[in-house]
Amino acid sequence: MKDKAGRVVKVSGPLVVAENIPQAKMFEMVYVSDKKLFGEIIEIKGNKASIQVYEDTSGIGPGEPVYSTGLPLSVELGPGLIGSIYDGVQRPLDELRKEYGDFISRGAYKPALNRKKEWLFEPVVRKGTTVKAGNVVGKVQETPVIMHKIIVPSGIEGEIISIIEKKKVTVEDVVARVKTTEGTKEIKLFQKWPVRIGRPVLKRLPPVDPLITGQRVIDAFFPIARGGTACVPGPFGSGKTVVQHQLAKWSDADIIIFIGCGERGNEMTDVLMEFPELKDPRTGRPLMERTVLIANTSNMPVAAREASVFTGITIGEYYRDMGYNVALMADSTSRWAEAMREMSGRLEEMPGEEGYPAYLASRIASFYERAGRVFILGSGKEATLSVIGAVSPPGGDLSDPVVQATLRTVRVFWSLDAQLAYARHFPSIHWLRSYSLYVDMLSDFYKKEMGEEWIEIRQEAMRTLRREAELQEMVRLIGIDALSSKDRLIMETARSIREDFLQQNAFMDADTYTSLKKQYRMMKLIHLFNKLAAHALDKNVELDKILSLPVRVEISRAKFIPEKELKKFDVIEEKISSLFNVLVKEVENG
Amino acid sequence: MAKEYVTTREIAGPLLIVDHIEGAKYNEIVQIKAVDGSIKNGQVLEVDGDRALIQVFEGTAGLNLGGTRVKFLGKGVEVGLSPSILGRIFNGSGVPIDGSSAIIPEKRMDINGNPLNPYARNYPLEFIQTGISAIDGLNTLVRGQKLPIFSGSGLPHAQIAAQIARQAKVLGKEEKFAVVFVAMGITFEEANYFMEDFKKTGALERSVMFLNLANDPVIERIATPRFGLTVAEYLAFDLGMHVLVILTDMTNYCEALREISAARKEVPGRRGYPGYMYTDLATMYERAGRIKEKKGSITQIPILTMPEDDKTHPIADLTGYITEGQMFLSRNLFQQAIYPPIDVLPSLSRLKDKGIGKGKTREDHADVLNQLFAAYARGREVRELAIVLGESALTKTDLIFVRFADEFEQKFVKQGEYENRSIEETLDIGWRLLSMFPVGELKRIRPEYIEKYLSRYTTSSEGDTKNAD
Repeated sequence: MKDKAGRVVKVSGPLVVAENIPQAKMFEMVYVSDKKLFGEIIEIKGNKASIQVYEDTSGIGPGEPVYSTGLPLSVELGPGLIGSIYDGVQRPLDELRKEYGDFISRGAYKPALNRKKEWLFEPVVRKGTTVKAGNVVGKVQETPVIMHKIIVPSGIEGEIISIIEKKKVTVEDVVARVKTTEGTKEIKLFQKWPVRIGRPVLKRLPPVDPLITGQRVIDAFFPIARGGTACVPGPFGSGKTVVQHQLAKWSDADIIIFIGCGERGNEMTDVLMEFPELKDPRTGRPLMERTVLIANTSNMPVAAREASVFTGITIGEYYRDMGYNVALMADSTSRWAEAMREMSGRLEEMPGEEGYPAYLASRIASFYERAGRVFILGSGKEATLSVIGAVSPPGGDLSDPVVQATLRTVRVFWSLDAQLAYARHFPSIHWLRSYSLYVDMLSDFYKKEMGEEWIEIRQEAMRTLRREAELQEMVRLIGIDALSSKDRLIMETARSIREDFLQQNAFMDADTYTSLKKQYRMMKLIHLFNKLAAHALDKNVELDKILSLPVRVEISRAKFIPEKELKKFDVIEEKISSLFNVLVKEVENG
Repeated sequence: MAKEYVTTREIAGPLLIVDHIEGAKYNEIVQIKAVDGSIKNGQVLEVDGDRALIQVFEGTAGLNLGGTRVKFLGKGVEVGLSPSILGRIFNGSGVPIDGSSAIIPEKRMDINGNPLNPYARNYPLEFIQTGISAIDGLNTLVRGQKLPIFSGSGLPHAQIAAQIARQAKVLGKEEKFAVVFVAMGITFEEANYFMEDFKKTGALERSVMFLNLANDPVIERIATPRFGLTVAEYLAFDLGMHVLVILTDMTNYCEALREISAARKEVPGRRGYPGYMYTDLATMYERAGRIKEKKGSITQIPILTMPEDDKTHPIADLTGYITEGQMFLSRNLFQQAIYPPIDVLPSLSRLKDKGIGKGKTREDHADVLNQLFAAYARGREVRELAIVLGESALTKTDLIFVRFADEFEQKFVKQGEYENRSIEETLDIGWRLLSMFPVGELKRIRPEYIEKYLSRYTTSSEGDTKNAD
């Protein structure tokens, strides 16, 4: 092995420069020193190559060997991904703990997929079938909810000359052999794929239906489409992580990839403890059975953080290629960008804005561009990969280069607001600053599922909120007394929309997830009250009388009505109508 | 015997560049002997071929090009540990300064530690009662959390930290408890305040102090918190103790980091702080926590003074992104003689949700907390409005909110430096304040709790306000 080794000449934090690495290629994986620290070549100048090392480089010095592998940084794709927790370069953290203890020591290594575990493989094609990349040759029940399809890896095309019967195999066992023009190729349960290259699809399509999240402000006002992209920027303490967790918990995707990129260790622990306990509202099974976690917390090596988003999205694409709807959450892409900045600084590249590398925007764009609704290879079925990235701008300043580069790419913007968070209005998604460019594309879906009226009610609610902002300006100048009763009613209705509809408590069982149907009923209560109140005002009923109607308390508590008891909404609606009847009659009768 | 090099080529600020060296390793510790025989310590920041870049902890005063002798020690910075470390006081480089002899180590650990595997973490959910209402009631601290105090110059952060250290306890449990106190560039007076307070309460025997004072070497501050945290890890995970780490003042730490970065001519990030400051701070803050199947825990209270009380300053900003919340001190409250001047609105404890509720504090805690926040936020908003428009422009309901905001500050937030309120007392004060509202305004509280608790605090006068609305 000695002859294939280069030599370290420089060490500066996670950056190691080595010379004479034989046939060094860009983005090739190498091992640094005999401690086998894992790294990737990110620059080549003459006979010198710069390597970003995914582990702590303390104790490494010039003269130590660097071994090349000839392979790009890749991930292992196969059964066993679901329910796992990996670091940024797909080392299984649970396995590492068993082997190396509570702290991650250097050079620690375990394969991403368990080599000993046996899976029951069931063939779906016969000997003699002609297959090509993307075709399914067999399946494995990975978890009770996920059927893992074994797909022919890229570059293999030809006739199946042997395939095993239904039986238990490990990921390394050969399950089929394919005769190709370049000789016989083996198919195993797992394959490898370089993380920096998107997996191919048959055709890309525009999104048509929403990813239902059960979060009222999102589903009702700023929906994200399946296969769409969204970003959640906000200052610290504005609830980015809770929003991301809520989406990971309640989105109606088949597979969730959650990437903790340079964030807090305890947050990952939270996910790890909660997800096995929480039940998917659609399947009734633990959420962990559809989730893959990537955890590269802030204290773990910075270069591996850079790789973590690519590791995650490659796994996401792999499940998409089986025909699943996948949703990926990355928390936070700012830490990823900072990792790029740090490596760029150490490479002494000319910095762009705020010290970020000049290629920041193009890297961000190419990451989000891997999302989409597609026809997959092989069967040509439809599948989606949605990507939601949190952004943590310094000081909550949205002019931050990472936010700006992200906004240029993504189609949904959920703007988190510190003032709302201080008032404990969660989710603190600001209704006036956020937007979703999918609203029009999805309107057919909403019309079909919820009826025309929903679109109207929703638009009116938005108008009310906008009008409230204007009126608030006026109140600030001249006081509430100067407003007409009509305007005061608008203020009250807006408050009701904010407090009784938009606000949603992630930690309360009845409130944490709201079906579209219930969202509609809740909004309709507010709408009805407002409509009748406006009518009553016309009939000269005093506003104070309207506002002191006790039924308003019931509207505010409607969010706690369980999904199974939606009939209770009928009762409240009737109550509202009859109360207003009484009020109007009182005035008419003098 | 390791070779001594006299090949120093350049001295710039806290940095030394040495040529013609063999076998130097990244992050290795070095010993530097000046011409006058004095010994300094340093660490390798970069090796490039036969040239090493060294940061000198004690500063480069007195070093010259010809006579400086540099010796590479072939290991990282380590700290010697044994149970007898409790009660000891060290300088910023881990040398005892309390007059007693050096520790006879049972174990040596590299001060940089290794990252804790996220899978090995146990989620912090044990409620710590600090006896301070603004913390316990609204921004609850739990074991294994890192909750910084965002302060400004002249605000009583030291008193609050000392009060927490004095009063903190987990309900219903008597366990081994220790304090690690790390001073970075603070004044002797402030350090002495803590020492005296620890002495008075008998906490000194179960504390370990690392003191780098304002006139101590600046670069030493880079290492000081790492000494403290390594000791904390030893006490928590080897000896099974519950450790509270107070780090003060992180602003001085970050400035030392900036000084090195500037001397290395690195591309600066915001306000001249290095781009890797987030990662650097994270490697310290993330050392708080609990580990599965281990008894001990590390709870961190870093203190930082925000320049010009600006929370968007990079130090506060990056800290807030790493820590699990923050306690904001407000100059405005301080000027109104409210102690502790914790501004609860921008303050936050991210881990509170799992640390409160039935069996931990009280079933109604979460709802009361949300209601107090919402009511105080609205009260403040209306109060500001009243300043512009006069009280006459407010509705009756709004007036209640203003009264609530005032009384909340005076009765809930304000308390004595030695007043130790139980969580029940804290929640009771909360209910008493909330009882001034008509029930319809208490939207954040579940009806069953309103029924169960509110009646205890409703007095006859409250009936009037209800009718008035």
